[in-house]
Amino acid sequence: MSRIIPDTVVIGGGLHGLSAALHLARAGRRVVILERSWVGRHASGATAAGVRTLGRDLAEVPISLESMDMWHRIETIVGDNCGFHSYGQIRVAEFAEHLPILEKRASLIRQHGYSHEEIIDRSELMRLVPALSPHCVGALVARRDGAADPHRTLRAFRRSCEASGVVIHEGCGVTSIEQRGSDWHIRAGDKDYTVPVVVNAAGAWAARLAAMVGDVIPLGLKASMMIVTERLAPLLNPVVGVVGRSLSFKQSDQGTLVIGGGLQGSADIDTLKSTVNFVELAKGARAATDLFPSVRDVRITRTWAGMEAKTKDLLPVIGPSPNAPGVFHAFGFSGHGFQLVPVVGSIIADLVVRGKTERPIAPFSAERLMSTRAAA
Amino acid sequence: MTSVDLLIVGAGPAGMAAAIEARRHGVDVLVVDDQPEPGGQIWRSVETVAAAPRGALLGKAYQAGKSVAELFRASGAKYEPGTQVWQIEPGFRAFVTRNRQASTIQAKSIVLATGAQERPVPFPGWTLPGVLTVGAAQILLKTSGQIPDKPVWVAGSGPLPLLYMVQLLRAGGRIAGYLDTTPPGRGRATLPHLAKALGAAGDLLKGIAWLGMLRRAKVRIVKHVADIEAIGSERIEAVRYRTRNGQERTVPTEVLLVHEGVVPNIHATLALGCAVEWSESQDCYVPVLNGWGESSQSGIFLAGDGAGIAGAQAAVHRGTLAGLGVAMKLGRVSDRAAEEAARPVRQKLARELALRPFLDALYKPRPEVFAPKDATIVCRCEEVTAGDIRAMAAMGRPGPNQVKAFTRAGMGPCQGRQCGYTVTQILAAAEGRPAKDVGFYRVRPPLKPVTLGELASLEQQEKAS
Repeated sequence: MSRIIPDTVVIGGGLHGLSAALHLARAGRRVVILERSWVGRHASGATAAGVRTLGRDLAEVPISLESMDMWHRIETIVGDNCGFHSYGQIRVAEFAEHLPILEKRASLIRQHGYSHEEIIDRSELMRLVPALSPHCVGALVARRDGAADPHRTLRAFRRSCEASGVVIHEGCGVTSIEQRGSDWHIRAGDKDYTVPVVVNAAGAWAARLAAMVGDVIPLGLKASMMIVTERLAPLLNPVVGVVGRSLSFKQSDQGTLVIGGGLQGSADIDTLKSTVNFVELAKGARAATDLFPSVRDVRITRTWAGMEAKTKDLLPVIGPSPNAPGVFHAFGFSGHGFQLVPVVGSIIADLVVRGKTERPIAPFSAERLMSTRAAA
Repeated sequence: MTSVDLLIVGAGPAGMAAAIEARRHGVDVLVVDDQPEPGGQIWRSVETVAAAPRGALLGKAYQAGKSVAELFRASGAKYEPGTQVWQIEPGFRAFVTRNRQASTIQAKSIVLATGAQERPVPFPGWTLPGVLTVGAAQILLKTSGQIPDKPVWVAGSGPLPLLYMVQLLRAGGRIAGYLDTTPPGRGRATLPHLAKALGAAGDLLKGIAWLGMLRRAKVRIVKHVADIEAIGSERIEAVRYRTRNGQERTVPTEVLLVHEGVVPNIHATLALGCAVEWSESQDCYVPVLNGWGESSQSGIFLAGDGAGIAGAQAAVHRGTLAGLGVAMKLGRVSDRAAEEAARPVRQKLARELALRPFLDALYKPRPEVFAPKDATIVCRCEEVTAGDIRAMAAMGRPGPNQVKAFTRAGMGPCQGRQCGYTVTQILAAAEGRPAKDVGFYRVRPPLKPVTLGELASLEQQEKAS
């Protein structure tokens, strides 16, 4: 058996690393993924797995809509439907004074020529979510949105990667990256690789990797908390959020309620530990029981806080490194990267293989976050 | 928010003893416990039952709990029964629920006296109604005097099945038979520990006396049972067993009680990040503790069976040491006086512990407990089989947390209390590495299931304060 020599190293075995590796391998690259702990250990395993275009920053809307099309045919991409259901995502207005906020958003979206977000009245809202508390007055809905099963998605991307020849090394953290001519020499435990192309998809740790190749990109940390309950009979299909509160409320295929919405715990990037703050999480439980009074006696079985990178404008970094030729960044998704997984992998493959992409990624450049320093 | 010097979780022998000792030194103590009365599992309902006729049939060791409960009540410790602790944050802030209302407790030190759980034993049919643990049956006997109306089959190993059967007979219950799963050759295994065990001859004799009573009552005892299976569609209708010499039989029954020893409750210990070590002799994790029962996390003490299985008397001594250790740490008693006071307690504790190696060797679980067949359900909550877990193991060298993420084993309401060790052992066998290297689930809060409404009530509570 001849050993295949890789030409591309992807750092980070989260969903974005897997998606980049998959698209690159299908474009003919020989890809190795280096994952410090295991595939899906942090944000990708801790995500609520919302597949959402609703309420996205306008800069993200074009790639998010393309990604949504990919989700609707995800089985043709990774051989499994990833537990994706398109029951819509809904942002509820509890009170009349919240309606103008939604209407303003809807008209902004229309002005830019989009039609995926739509205002619905109370009766349509109650038709879509009969379990919702009757005090709610209306909502904004994106009907093609939905949610997937995060672990099923991880498994599907991983299997597709391996079937396409991607080699995944778990328990293999990168300790150094050095330039050698036009190549990059990467050390990770007892392994080392010399390759022309490196993809940095290291999530919360991506800024450290970027710094190794000379890109100083300030990056914050998120520790979004989640609640999962015991299983219950079917209650609702769409994913429900609400104006003025941190809530994302949905029911999984298993029947458990999955409640998130961006309430923050705390995280320590060095010890790899994240901590749930129950006083803060109580707000999420309050919002959930206010909107769905019938779930008051449902038992919480698990809670956690995932660890993820956050940029100062909450937009991701997607694109070539400004300082290190051959290095490409895909990180900083700031709590809403799951939906973008299919398209970002494809963008990275574009950039690596063709040296360019037609997708509008200028707003995601690393340069925008980097302080302009005088050249040494 | 309540604020105390010492929060004790659990009002069993260890928790009560820790409270009594800490109060003696003027420590401000709050004891919370999820039961309605003090006593824990071993002395459950002891205040009301010990003096009643049922107290006599439960035996002297049970009745001994009454005086400890009296001292506890008189100690001046605050006591909140019916209270569940579901999270403890460093610092320490404990989150509790009582009467469906959540609140927080600020404490300088914590004594975890949360006791033991019966070792889960997966076998075909163990999820059928009518299959219970011996411990659960004993609780029914202690609290409400409930006796199964038909003769029961008991299967397992260890002192508890013997004790329960004696108690059940005294209470007028009937036993169809005892499937003793203790493997042959254990006499030899225990020999090296016998001399030490003789120091605790009282307890040793107790076990022998129980066996004698069962023989006199002509209880059918089947020795060296290797495998059991509960058979039935809606509920158990029969039990099939196989002995090590290949004898196989199926007997009809409506109730099967199972017990293969106890293991420390480890969830809170792990969640708090206290160091634990694998006990080869007890096939479980035990916390790493200093001479006062303080864990690797400063200010967190463990006492009772949660510190390592040793029984009620040892729990009282460990509780006393923990209470003393806390008082010393808070400066309520000098180091020297504490050492002085600890010496006789440690001697008594050593005598209690002397019997353990003998019992551990005698009752070490049979290998089948850790190697359920592929079709057997391991995680009851999510219905994950041993085969599902072995299939995961075949895809690399996953740890328990990956297995959890991808099979959902350990994700249900019991939070892995039923399947944790089985998953560890199956992975250890499949991956050819020792159980201690495989590790255990990462424990996610809440430690006890709290409802969404209860958690929501915390928000109003915190706002008000």
